[in-house]
Amino acid sequence: MQLEFSAEEEAFRLEVRDFIAANYPVEIRRRMEAGVAPGKSDFVTWQQILYQQGWIAPRWPVEYGGTGWSPVQCYIFEEEITAASTPRVMPFGLTMLGPVLMTFGSDEQKQQYLPAILDSTTWWCQGYSEPDAGSDLASLKTQAVLEGDHYRVNGSKIWTTYAHYADMMFCLVRTSSEERKQQGISFLLLDMDDPGVEVAPIITNNGLHVVNQVFLKDVRVPRENLVGEEGAGWTIAKYLLGHERTTIAGVAASRQQMRRLKEIATQELDGALPLWQSSRFRDRVAEVEIDLLALEQTNLRVLCDENAGRGPGPEASLLKVRGTEIQQQITELMAEAVGYYGLPYDKTVLTEGWGDQPPVGPDYAASLMPHYFDWRKSSIYGGSNEIQKNIIAKAVLGLG
Amino acid sequence: MDYQLNELQQMLQQSVEKYVERDYDFANRQQLAVTDLGYSEENWRQFAELGWLGVPFTEEQGGFGGGATELMVLFEAFGKALLLEPYLASVVLGGQLLARVGSAEQIERLLPAVIAGESKLALAHSEPQSRYHLSRVACSAAAQGDGFLLTGHKALVLNGQNADHLLVTARTSGDVDDPQGISLFLVPAEAAGVTVRGYRTVDSLQAAEVHLDGVELSADSVLGTVGEAHADIEWVIDQGIAALCAEALGCMESLQQATVEYLQTRKQFGVAIGQFQSLQHAAVDMFIALSQSRSMVYLAANRANADRDERRAALSAAKNFIGRAGRLIGQTAVQLHGGVGMSDELDVSHYFKRLTAINTWLGDDHHHLGQYSDSLLAK
Repeated sequence: MQLEFSAEEEAFRLEVRDFIAANYPVEIRRRMEAGVAPGKSDFVTWQQILYQQGWIAPRWPVEYGGTGWSPVQCYIFEEEITAASTPRVMPFGLTMLGPVLMTFGSDEQKQQYLPAILDSTTWWCQGYSEPDAGSDLASLKTQAVLEGDHYRVNGSKIWTTYAHYADMMFCLVRTSSEERKQQGISFLLLDMDDPGVEVAPIITNNGLHVVNQVFLKDVRVPRENLVGEEGAGWTIAKYLLGHERTTIAGVAASRQQMRRLKEIATQELDGALPLWQSSRFRDRVAEVEIDLLALEQTNLRVLCDENAGRGPGPEASLLKVRGTEIQQQITELMAEAVGYYGLPYDKTVLTEGWGDQPPVGPDYAASLMPHYFDWRKSSIYGGSNEIQKNIIAKAVLGLG
Repeated sequence: MDYQLNELQQMLQQSVEKYVERDYDFANRQQLAVTDLGYSEENWRQFAELGWLGVPFTEEQGGFGGGATELMVLFEAFGKALLLEPYLASVVLGGQLLARVGSAEQIERLLPAVIAGESKLALAHSEPQSRYHLSRVACSAAAQGDGFLLTGHKALVLNGQNADHLLVTARTSGDVDDPQGISLFLVPAEAAGVTVRGYRTVDSLQAAEVHLDGVELSADSVLGTVGEAHADIEWVIDQGIAALCAEALGCMESLQQATVEYLQTRKQFGVAIGQFQSLQHAAVDMFIALSQSRSMVYLAANRANADRDERRAALSAAKNFIGRAGRLIGQTAVQLHGGVGMSDELDVSHYFKRLTAINTWLGDDHHHLGQYSDSLLAK
């Protein structure tokens, strides 16, 4: 057993770190470190910097523009870009649709869409959930009826992240009614500028606009925008969900948040002493940190299996469950660390920072409570944690 | 990065797993547990023949040349077997401490007999008021002529009643909490002034209260340097923690397997109870804790010989995590077995009790949380 990174891997880490130090725009970094929510241009600017370096799609095959890195290198890369507080690389095109097109798409679709995913000139969103199809995704009702060379699409998608930024949406639609609800679902690519597409914002509990409901009324989608066969949508959706499970734990992000939590607890005073000196508070942080260590080691074990060509099985669901639980505990401790100053709320500060006005309380405090509220989503999205447990019960333990 | 065992380690694993599966059945274990000795001398001789008692010692010392990873392999299997024999006391704690700090002459005199299974050791360190703090030693070793006079009370000495030699810590200088001034002595169990009161523990193992009433020792009874034993005690306790974590993992695996089988076969309301989602999710929580426990056991073995601060923090993290995971898995296994999970006849009860005792031994989850938490201040 060799539980340390090799010298080559550590050298690679330094290469990534040096690149970020030299190329991450200071104005984005300043906002991100202040906890200000990034906007579209922040995401795109950073993604295009990675694209110029050839690092935007590490896990893609080299012939499509990937880096050829090992899973461990990809993990190190994620650790470094996360530790540097860079905007999260949007997964919709790069980690979700890209691999789907490579596996199921036609040559024309690959040529048309993959380059614009790589250089971030097309922003994709994901049209999966519907008002009446959440955990029971296969009961989705959005209908696509073939009329000549077009599908006519009617229905509604919900919780669609950044639909208001998106140029295109990949979505699951029902093309026929079959005996099993998983049959008759197809995978369509839809232009958000088409007539009949309406994006309505949903304001979440932090007061911000990230997710939307998308209404589709008689939207005409060209037949060539069907990915794979008609009725293959469920197979594609399952492939997509099973892809790249080893980053699902979010260990690097939690490590970064843990560093922030310690900084805050060191600056916050509890009487004459820093809060961090209080063993009552610190013990709780310590317990979460130990849990994070256990998760990290588990993640690395799965990763080494992947390095050796043994893909992660359904047990990767545990990474999602524990990863999000730990993320949520950290957001909770951060909000708690600032005491009363978790309470003042100013929506503008969340999107633009304090600007010229002096902050109310410590400058790091304003986003912590809204972030705690917002992060309750993590155990709900991507297959709720209860659904993940159903998967483990059935596929790993043989129950049910 | 690589989480695979090497070829020798895999061979050791196959050998020990085959042994506990074939030769160490639960019914037999239960009979052994209530004998006066509390385990089997015959088994112990067999361990010696198989070379297991020499696993962590160098080839020069007559051992196998292994370390924490090899011990991990053994203890995971011991956990599945609910092993009674005093491997932790005699080999991991006593033997390794002797091999680490003893003089060439002391090692030569005693270690070959330990490896051969002819001599058994016990570490007498904790005291009634020390709880889990390793520097709290009130037991005194006063200078007397060329030698020492030992007085004090050692608590929960694992295998104390069956050891022929005790490794006893006592204070030669300093206050009761001072890491400096703790010395280690090799004390024959039959030495005048040594009283051993043996008893069984809740998990059917053996421990003892050891009273030292003016035990006269010669100067060559000191192991290592006078007053400098604390760092070595810390080291050997960390080796013990790594081994206990692996043993707990074995217990957890057995409970997980038994519980899933029970959920698949026990019928209520006309169906296997594993059909019920609330029970499925409880079993999944066990699985999640178990998977991560394995990661922590690997980490513990890997860090068992790291530099002091890194080693101590990692081993505290592991012991804390394993303590909590063991509690969750033990309690859930009992709950999911229903009434039958309460019966003494079923091995589930005994895994639960062993996991509970393992949490207490060498510092419980709360103690190690505090240790880890304090280590964060230094960073």
